[in-house]
Amino acid sequence: MKSAAQTVADVASGASSANEELDRSLGAIRARNDELNVFLYVDEVGARRQADAVDEKVRRGEDPGVLAGVPIAIKDNLCQRGIPTTCSSRILEGWRPPYSATVIERLLAAGAVPVGKTNLDEFAMGSSTENSAFGPTKNPLDPTRVPGGSSGGSAASVAADMTPIALGSDTGGSIRQPAALCGVIGVKPTYGLVSRYGLIAFASSLDQIGPFAKDVRDAAILLEAIAGHDEMDSTSLPEPAPSLSAHVDDGVAGKRIGLVRDLVDGADDEVVDAVEGAAQVLRDAGATIVEMSIPEFRLGLSAYYILAPAEASSNLARYDGVRYGLRVDADDVTAMNEATRTAGFGDEVKRRIMLGTYALSAGYFDAYYGQALKVRTMMIDAFARAYRDVDLLLGATTPSVAFKLGSKVSDPMAMYLSDIFTIPTNLSGEAAVSVPFGTGEAGLPTAVQLLGPARSEARLFAAARILEIAEGR
Amino acid sequence: MTLPGEWEMVIGLEVHTELQTATKMFCGCANHFGSEPNTNVCPVCLGLPGSLPVLNERAVELAMAIGMALHCTIAPSTFHRKNYFYPDMPKDFQISQYDLPINKGGFLDLPDASRVSIERAHLEEDTGKSTHLGGTGRIHGAERSLVDYNRSGVPLVEIVSGPDIRSAAQARAYASELRGILIATGASDGRMEEGSMRIDANVSVRKAGEPFGTRCEIKNLNSLRSLVRAIDFEARRQIELIEGGGVVRQETRHWDENLGATSTMRTKEEAEDYRYFREPDLVDLAPDDAWQQRVRDGLPKMPAERRALLSARLTSSTEAQFDAVEVVIDLNLETYVHAALDAGVDPALALARAANELAGDIDNLGHLSSEGFCATLLMEQRGDLSATQAKTVLGEQLAHGGDPASIAASLGFERLSSESLEGTVATLIEQFPDEWARYREGDEKLAQFFIGQVMKVTKGQANGKLVVEQLQARR
Repeated sequence: MKSAAQTVADVASGASSANEELDRSLGAIRARNDELNVFLYVDEVGARRQADAVDEKVRRGEDPGVLAGVPIAIKDNLCQRGIPTTCSSRILEGWRPPYSATVIERLLAAGAVPVGKTNLDEFAMGSSTENSAFGPTKNPLDPTRVPGGSSGGSAASVAADMTPIALGSDTGGSIRQPAALCGVIGVKPTYGLVSRYGLIAFASSLDQIGPFAKDVRDAAILLEAIAGHDEMDSTSLPEPAPSLSAHVDDGVAGKRIGLVRDLVDGADDEVVDAVEGAAQVLRDAGATIVEMSIPEFRLGLSAYYILAPAEASSNLARYDGVRYGLRVDADDVTAMNEATRTAGFGDEVKRRIMLGTYALSAGYFDAYYGQALKVRTMMIDAFARAYRDVDLLLGATTPSVAFKLGSKVSDPMAMYLSDIFTIPTNLSGEAAVSVPFGTGEAGLPTAVQLLGPARSEARLFAAARILEIAEGR
Repeated sequence: MTLPGEWEMVIGLEVHTELQTATKMFCGCANHFGSEPNTNVCPVCLGLPGSLPVLNERAVELAMAIGMALHCTIAPSTFHRKNYFYPDMPKDFQISQYDLPINKGGFLDLPDASRVSIERAHLEEDTGKSTHLGGTGRIHGAERSLVDYNRSGVPLVEIVSGPDIRSAAQARAYASELRGILIATGASDGRMEEGSMRIDANVSVRKAGEPFGTRCEIKNLNSLRSLVRAIDFEARRQIELIEGGGVVRQETRHWDENLGATSTMRTKEEAEDYRYFREPDLVDLAPDDAWQQRVRDGLPKMPAERRALLSARLTSSTEAQFDAVEVVIDLNLETYVHAALDAGVDPALALARAANELAGDIDNLGHLSSEGFCATLLMEQRGDLSATQAKTVLGEQLAHGGDPASIAASLGFERLSSESLEGTVATLIEQFPDEWARYREGDEKLAQFFIGQVMKVTKGQANGKLVVEQLQARR
């Protein structure tokens, strides 16, 4: 499929039009959506209206925007005015938000064409997109396998050439892990770089919106378009969007990159091979590779599974049947709340609400939530120590290639381990990118993860681009 | 109320006040009482999925102003989530302050010179308002409930006193003085009947010198009268319980204004676990010195100081003047009084007219200038207007504005000439010879009789003092 950058150039020059690009995207969705279950909702009317507006601007000689005419898929936990937004949960069925997320507003202003909402694990809780009330999404590269999760639909949309770019959200690896399993680029930006206003919260202190793309430059263009301060999000960084796409070809000469044993150990051999191969490519491009260990990373998973569910237990309290979404009637308000939540939430969501409620309860708070906060501080300190020595870190994104549908659904712990290498970055609030690199079992893509300090996206993209070139893309 | 035996009350008050900001605490919706239900709402104050709070700076300033007026330390603070399910709370958690409030450790001195410590005064958001139809009007047993979210997200400050209050009267004095401070700082309109100030009272009893007893918290007292009645009822209930061999259970109680009684809402065992944790959607709040100084510089004089300034200008200290000073301070009328005193009006007259005529028509003060007030009172003092006429002229200014001399003229309030008054008095003496005889014999009460007759004849235009002078001259 044509890249986003090429699409913008073609639309702006008149070689193509937003409507033609939209036709191509809708055609690809029609061809495979029944099979793959990528989109929960396709907004043909709204997309057509936006494409018309872009084409009209081109016709009038006005600037059609940095994403002019680029079809984009939106994870269904981002609010878009008037468009069903479900979080893949029965509890939000039928709800149409009266407002749009800041990222949606920025996409529309940049001329992008949102084509629809993609499947996810319910409320972004999961690593395979099998925890969706509307059925699993299948991996376009092998439909017997999962696309990863929770942003599995958005990763699959890009992998299946339904859209050149997509938006996901990453709380513990929910962009990077599906990007790895689907063979596309996935970016978890610095916490606060992209406004969370309109992102339906899972764990507010960890959630961050980020791009999926086929190549690094497209990811950089998309991130530039959505990043920058937003007064509607108090945790938004104060500065405007950084310049990213201009630095994609900066290279890694003279950079020090830490190869972190704790981000590789335990991964399948083919994934380990990919990381070592990537290290060699970066060395060849002029970087110095430093082997290092950051043992604190091994504590990340347990801290995460206290902190994220604790915040979720509070964030998801509002789905009580009173104001919107599902309501199951009962004799009194408490019984109605209970019946609604019992019917509306899936097992994994219930499991995490219970975990989180327990962790915050009087008498247990210090032992669980309080302790996990301390681990989080340790993690932040460990990253800071590492970044005093090196510019970036390198490791695996996830321990294996895409696994078979159903193979981990009955074993939550095995599923949680998919995110063991991605979680540390969410806890520190820093940036990381997953880049397809190498091939594993059954010809499926393997991937490596590049990690950097806060606001290091330009440096990460430059390193990712080196790996991309080595892969012949 | 006097308590039996050696019992004493121990009372701490939690006062919730809605802040008079233009917009709500975390969104741009109007903070306005009395709008059509669910019209001042948006994704944020409705807690819609994906919405995020952004703190209103004006709310922070008003909270700081309250803290400064209560001699608190302004401290770096954080926001927490207080988690519990209730239909009028759209997120099913309330954003509040927990272990690090913006104001801590202050005090409030009462007019009787007692001092009540302030533990903290913190920021939080208000909930919506439920109306329960059918049943008892409370949520349990109601047939249906309606929720108005206009109030959801309105900024509140909760002011928590130490357990220093020892009587219902002192509790009333505390609440009243605090109300004055809230009004003076501009933080609140102090309108208890509209719920902009609500009080919870923690009440326990003990024998003097003993450690604190078990307390009960009485929720949502919406008037000073309810506060006094509820505390007195609750103290007596606890004493009777203990003297009857029972024990007080720690619980939250509901005050029923009609029954004049408190009843159990929930016991300590039923108390919710609020699972407080830091609100991840907000950043820490640490007002810098410059911001604090700006707020401090903008603080007006507090009621205690204003009361002292006014009291210092009085020539006598009667109960009536003390009460009038309270009214004048409470209703912010002292500009008028000070102006009148500056112009040479007698303090008793200035206080009486302010505390009665102005206080009685407080919504129309915009029509009355201090000059108009002073001029009217000087005319009364000189005898150009009788008391009744002066009140009428003030009333006319309050209703429609205007210049007091022209109003008096247009109403025909001409001062009687002394000749005309002399003639009237002489005629009345002839008309009522018996009364005149008794007066001459020293029955001073008859002076009032003659004043009344003069007023009747002159349609209120005469000055009572001058009538007495005439009578005495003829005695």
